[in-house]
This record gives sequence, C-alpha cells and structure tokens, in this order.
Amino acid sequence: MKVKNKNKNLIISDGCCVQYGDTLALDNVSFSVSKGKKVAVVGPNGGGKSTLFNAMTGLVPLANGSIKIYGEDPDEAKKKIGYIPQKNLINWNFPLTVRQVVEMGLIERKTLNPFSKKNTQVVEESINQVGLKDEINKNVNDLSGGQLQRVFIARTLTQGSEILLLDEAFSAVDVGAQEDLMEIINDIKLDGKTILIATHDINNIEEKFDEVICLNRHCCAFGDSSEVLTQEVMEEMYGSHNSMFLNHSPGNHGENDGS
Amino acid sequence: MGLEYLIEPFKYEFMIRSLITAIASGMMLPLLGSFTINRNMGFMADAMAHATMPIIAVGVFFGFSISALGIPAAILVALFLGFVIKNTNIGEDTSIGIIFSSFFALGFVLISLLNVSINLEDLLFGQILAVSYFDVFAILTLFIVLLFFFLVFYKQLLFYSFDPIGAQIRGLNTSFLNYLFLIMLSLAIIGSLQTVGIILVLSMLIIPAASAKLLSKTFNYTTIIGVVFGVISSVSGLLLSYYFNLPSGPSMALVATGIFIICFILQKLRNPIYFGTSEI
Repeated sequence: MKVKNKNKNLIISDGCCVQYGDTLALDNVSFSVSKGKKVAVVGPNGGGKSTLFNAMTGLVPLANGSIKIYGEDPDEAKKKIGYIPQKNLINWNFPLTVRQVVEMGLIERKTLNPFSKKNTQVVEESINQVGLKDEINKNVNDLSGGQLQRVFIARTLTQGSEILLLDEAFSAVDVGAQEDLMEIINDIKLDGKTILIATHDINNIEEKFDEVICLNRHCCAFGDSSEVLTQEVMEEMYGSHNSMFLNHSPGNHGENDGS
Repeated sequence: MGLEYLIEPFKYEFMIRSLITAIASGMMLPLLGSFTINRNMGFMADAMAHATMPIIAVGVFFGFSISALGIPAAILVALFLGFVIKNTNIGEDTSIGIIFSSFFALGFVLISLLNVSINLEDLLFGQILAVSYFDVFAILTLFIVLLFFFLVFYKQLLFYSFDPIGAQIRGLNTSFLNYLFLIMLSLAIIGSLQTVGIILVLSMLIIPAASAKLLSKTFNYTTIIGVVFGVISSVSGLLLSYYFNLPSGPSMALVATGIFIICFILQKLRNPIYFGTSEI
C-alpha cells in the first residue's frame, strides 16, 4: 500500500467534479474525513449525495479533481468500502435468507465454489452483532425496514469494511417500522468505523453526527455538525424554502415548533 | 399394468435417445429459469428463442444440423441482444420486441426464399422423437458445460442479480456476469429447441421455476425443486408424445402447467407449505 494516511484523513476529496453529459452533478467538492467519524451528507434531491457515493466507490468517473481513500483511487479502494444501497436498487424478487445476504459480503471475483461453507463463523458473528440471531434463516422479504438495514450493515461487517456508506438510508425505512438509523448504528457499536450517511433528515443533526457535508452540486459547507448548518448555508442549500426541512418528521410538517 | 406403460417405450433405442434429451432439457431450462423469473427476463428469453430462426434457416441451407449450429447461434444471439439493450435508449421491452419479431419474420422469409427443407412444425413445437445420436451428444455436452458454469458462478450470479451495485463495488465483473448469464440462457434455449420447439421453450424455462417458487421459501430450493418439476414435465411430455403422437413441446408445456396449477392450489390451501425452513 502507498501512503497510508496523511494527517489521519481517511477520505480526502479534492476539487472533485462529476459530469453527466453536459450537467455538472458535482462541482468542485472538497472535504476530508478522518477515521471513526460519523458524517451526514445532506442536501436537496439532485444535490449530488448519491453521486458523491458513486464517485467514492468508483461507479462514476471523476471529470476533475481527486478522491483518495486510504491514499488510493476509488477504483482500488472500493473493496474496502461497505456500501449499503438504496432499497429500490435491490431485486427483492429473490427469496433469500438473512444468512445468504450477509454471506454476500464474502463473495469476491475469485469466489467460485458454490458449496464452500468456510467463514460461516464470520457470517454468524456479524448477524449476532446486529441482533438478528433469531432471524438468520428468515426470508429478507419478511423483515421490517429497520431489520433490513441491520442485515446490510451485517454484510459490511462480514466484509470487514472500515468505511460504511449508507445511501438514502432514512427513506429506505418504511414509515410503519421507522427506526432511527443512528440508533441502530449506536446500538450495534460500530466504534472505530467511519460512517457516511446520505440523509434528508437534518433535525438534531448535531446530536447524531460528528460532521456534516452540505451538498448542492457544490459543497456548500463542511465541518463540525454543531457549527455548519447556519442560516446562510441552509439558504444556499435549499433556497428560500429552507424552513420546510426543519422539524420535518412523519406526521409533523410544521414550522419550528418544539426543539 | 401402469408401470409397463412407463417402461415399455424404452426398449426402443430412439426412445432412450429421446429420454436423455428430455432429461437434459428438463434440467437445464428450469435451472436458469429460477434466475429468469426473478429477474423478469421471460420476454428476453422468448426473444432469444425466436431470434434463432434466421440463423437456423441459413445454417440448415448450408447443410448444418440444428444441434451443430447451437453454440455459435446462441452466443451470437445473446451478445447481440445484450448489446442492443445496453446501447439503445428506447426501453428494454421495446428493443427486445423489435428484435423478437423482426428476426422471427426474417427467419420465415429466409426459409421460404432459400427453399430450406425444414419441417416448420417440428422447429416451432419440438419433435423429440426424431433426435439423432449427434443431437444427444450435442445437448449432453451443452448440459455439462452449462452446469459447470452455473455452479462455478452461482454465488456471484446470485449476488449480481440481487444487488448489482453492491456486486460491482465489491469488485465483481458485473458486465462479464451479465453476458455470461445471457449466453448460458441462450445455450439452454437453443439446446432445447428440438425438445420443446421455438414457441414453447419459454414454458419449460419459466413454468417449472414458477411452480417451485410457489412452494419454496428460499432461492436454493426454488432452483432444485424447479429442476425436479422440469424433469417430470419433460419425461411425461415425452411419453404423451410417444403414445398419442403429439408434438413434444405442447405435451411438456401442458404437463408443466398442470404442475403449476397443482402447486398454486396447494399453496392457496395450505398457505404456506414452504419447503426449506432453513437455508442451504
């Protein structure tokens, strides 16, 4: 491996640009995340949250700038990233068990033996760690939204990923069984893992996250979660409707009541 | 007695040949069928079968047998369909539909223009009783190759089919897996043309797998039970074809549908009588 990590920064984005046709989806985005931080990536729809994750995992090429993870380019570093996809990108037709999905964390390009049962222990440990021991042989389609998140987190644990990317995590949880993903994450004790979550929910953000990246195609702001979300940043991100995004939860679309 | 009716036909050599072919088709189609139904690729599979018409027409005109044409035709069709779907932006369904109908039409026109001596009914509906030793050899080779690739890439294919983005990030070669599946599907389909025929190959591909899905809780069981249903359908279809002088494709398709109806009723009656409460 090359330079391990200069000044402890695990992820360094330096002027990163992503272009789809003529549109700039990400324009000159710079930030750096150090090990063990929990980072919220916020911004409006189309603001580039998913694109940023796609760029970090090498799914889309950079038009300009660079992203270094462990000092490597995304294409080389992507295997070290535990990625939790948006719910609608999964083909739920497949009747798979919790164990089978978690086992996928061990599948690599050179996995060619369909009957291999090695590493069962790793799989079972990961499932125990997310608290789904009793559901291990259940069909994933029979699980609640919160349990599904746990399954995919278990998959990243099996992979041994130090970096977790959760895309649109909150919207993937069905409202009926809504569980705060941060609670799940705190519950699972992912200490030491660096976690980036793309989220719409900016309420109480300073309690849940260490740092915030505000994206509206360009990086409006980046830094400590208690300081970043100023009125100017909110306006730059969401325009004049920024108040709509505060205190916004199921059944509560009100203005700044409470908190 | 009843058992004699099952055994008696197999004292003829041609029936043994047919039996081997029936079992091979009955296994390899549902094997891929379990992936096909969950990936909603039935229409694509049907198009593959129909798109082979012009290749068969030209091939037979130049004196090749359908079995000998199988592998190159399958690969050609799979790559072509895969490429067109990826590179047109008129929608997957539409591009498949255009290829499906235009190739099928071209096949008929070529057969007519070139005066190719093909029994159209056999080609469209299958004539398993007419398989030659070479056909048996060809389909068995196909079956073994297919089974090998299926087993070796089973885990990767499942990962890719369930979570394509996750698989890509994990470093799997998703574009290879995509084309591999298309080629395998196309090989199974073309290998089964003589058994089931162009029009009804779809039935043996998806009906046994769909019946199995009704009864099983896990994907691995769906695949295994689908294969069992496939073999039951193809062998029963063969016997029906022998006794009642029916084209083999429709006989097999109807047995498969019968099994599906039974599974459907069973599932409704004892919802759910799942096989496999644990993973395998």
